[in-house]
Parts: sequence; structure tokens; C-alpha cells
Amino acid sequence: MREHTVLRLISKLLIAPIILFALYVQFHGDYSPGGGFQAGVTFAAAIILYTLIFGLAEARRAVSPRLLRATAALGVLIYAGTGVYAMLAGGNFLDYDFLAHDAVHGQHYGLLLVEFGVGLTVVSTITLIFYVFAGRGRRGDGARR
Amino acid sequence: MSTDIALNIVLLSLMAITGLAIARLRNLFPVAMLTGLYSLLSASLFTLLDAVDVALTEAAVGAGVTTVLFLATLGLTRAREKAVPRSRTAIGLVVTVLTGAALFYASLDMPHFGERHTPVQDHPLRERYLETVQEEIDVPNTVTAVLASYRGYDTLGEVTVILTAGVGVLMLLGVARNRRREDDDDQEPPR
Repeated sequence: MREHTVLRLISKLLIAPIILFALYVQFHGDYSPGGGFQAGVTFAAAIILYTLIFGLAEARRAVSPRLLRATAALGVLIYAGTGVYAMLAGGNFLDYDFLAHDAVHGQHYGLLLVEFGVGLTVVSTITLIFYVFAGRGRRGDGARR
Repeated sequence: MSTDIALNIVLLSLMAITGLAIARLRNLFPVAMLTGLYSLLSASLFTLLDAVDVALTEAAVGAGVTTVLFLATLGLTRAREKAVPRSRTAIGLVVTVLTGAALFYASLDMPHFGERHTPVQDHPLRERYLETVQEEIDVPNTVTAVLASYRGYDTLGEVTVILTAGVGVLMLLGVARNRRREDDDDQEPPR
């Protein structure tokens, strides 16, 4: 790993902007192209880049698979929970009009929450799948070849 | 507009060349890299078509994640494709040509590129989606509004599919081998 100095330096410079861009795509998705899925895969791509450069063990220490397994389910829970909350507030399942006093505001909250759920599940699932694939080879850095 | 057309032609030719190169190569490592290149080219094409959402997905999933998964898999299996006997390649060629001809025939029914009067433009639902959205939901990105609000059920289903896919992969490949390593995780608090 030591020998790839250029790769390591460039990746270090790139990973933070990629994550920032993913967050932008996530939370600005109502105004610009993108949304939860795009943000999730972009974020996962950043984690995968980190894994390729610094090895699987380092990546698992930074983003633990156990946490990812929880967040993967949590994303769907947030999504479905938003729907259930709308029901409790007097509407139909996933009817965001009832999330706030004003219907349009409710829709905004609904979109934000639901997209966050999507993003969380996507980034967790894709990273988990990659961890599993990468972990099946040599221990530590199965994907580096 | 003409630069758009020129870019389209360049991108599509590069995609065709990449496809031919993929078909000819036997060593699967360059094939994996070339499929990544192919995805990147199609992502550029989607950007030209103003489908930035799709371009983002294609660039991240197609060019990024899938390529890495291919490479990881090739690290575990043999990276050289077995030679296929001539008779089988002939069948493959026939199937490909027939499928391509059928798709080409179907494409004749599609409206021309950039035509004004198409179902997308003229259908009454267009007004519903593009104009009423601004009153009901009031977000500039109609795609997000449609996907998350009007089609909220579908998207919930899709997210569940993604989670299920992840669970499936973990059950098939992950559990037994991860158990030992999970003990490493236990020693530190999550995050």
C-alpha cells in the first residue's frame, strides 16, 4: 500500500469532496438533480475508493459493517415510519400533506425524510455488498489487484 | 445544437468501439475496465440529454461500484474467458442480430429526436405533473416530487428491494466468514 503515493494523495484529496457532493445531492435533491439514490451511491463510491486505497481493515474500522447493517434497515424504517406518521396525523399512508400544518410544508418534510431514508439504505447496502465481495479474497485487501 | 449532435455522434461511436473491444477481449480484467468506460460514456450521453439524475446513477453505479465489484470477483475466479467453439459463437451472433433487428424495428415507432408533438409533450398528465406539482408540492425538481410523493409507494418498494438484495447477498456470502471478524468490531463502539 505504501508504494501508491500518487494514488493515496489524490484519493485523500478526492474523498472528502465526493462525500460533500453526495450530501449536496442528498439534501439539495428537491432543488437540483439527484435524490436519495444518487446520493447514496455517490457516498458509497467514496467509501469504496477509501477501501481500495487504504485496505479493507482500515475501512471496516472507519465505517463498521455492524453499523451499516443497522442503518440499512433504519433507512427503510424512516421511509415507512414517515408514512405511518402521516396515518397517525390523520392522512393516508405516505400522504405527506398531514406532516405539518400546511400541506405544502408537509410535502417538503415528507420529501426530505423519505429521501434521507432512501439514501441511508442505499449507501449502507452497497457498502455492505462491497465489503462482502472484497472480504472474500485475501484478508484485508481482497479487491486490490 | 450542432455541437450537441457532434458530441452525440462521438460518444455513440466511442461506445460502439468499446462494445466491440469488450466482445473481442479474452482477458476479463480489461473487459471489466472497459465496461466501466462504457458506463462513463453513457453517463456523458445522459448528461447531454439533460437526464442528469440518470447520469449520476450511471456514473456512480455503472462506472464505479459495478466495475469494482467485477474486479473483486475476478480476483477470486479465473480472469481468462474460456474459448468458445465456433458453432456456439454462430448461434450467439444469430441471436444478437435478431434481437438487434427487433429493437431497431421497434425504435422506428418512437418519436423522432427532439420532435415537438410527442405523447410526453401532449399527454394531459404532463400538465398534472409539471404544473400542478408546483402548487401542491412546490419543489423545482419535479422528478423528486413525482418519485417520492406521487409515487411514494413505488419508491418505498424499491428501497425495500435494495435492502432485500443486500440481506440476500449477506446471507449467501457474508455470515459465516464475517463472524470471526465481527469480534474485531465488538471491541470498539459503532462509529
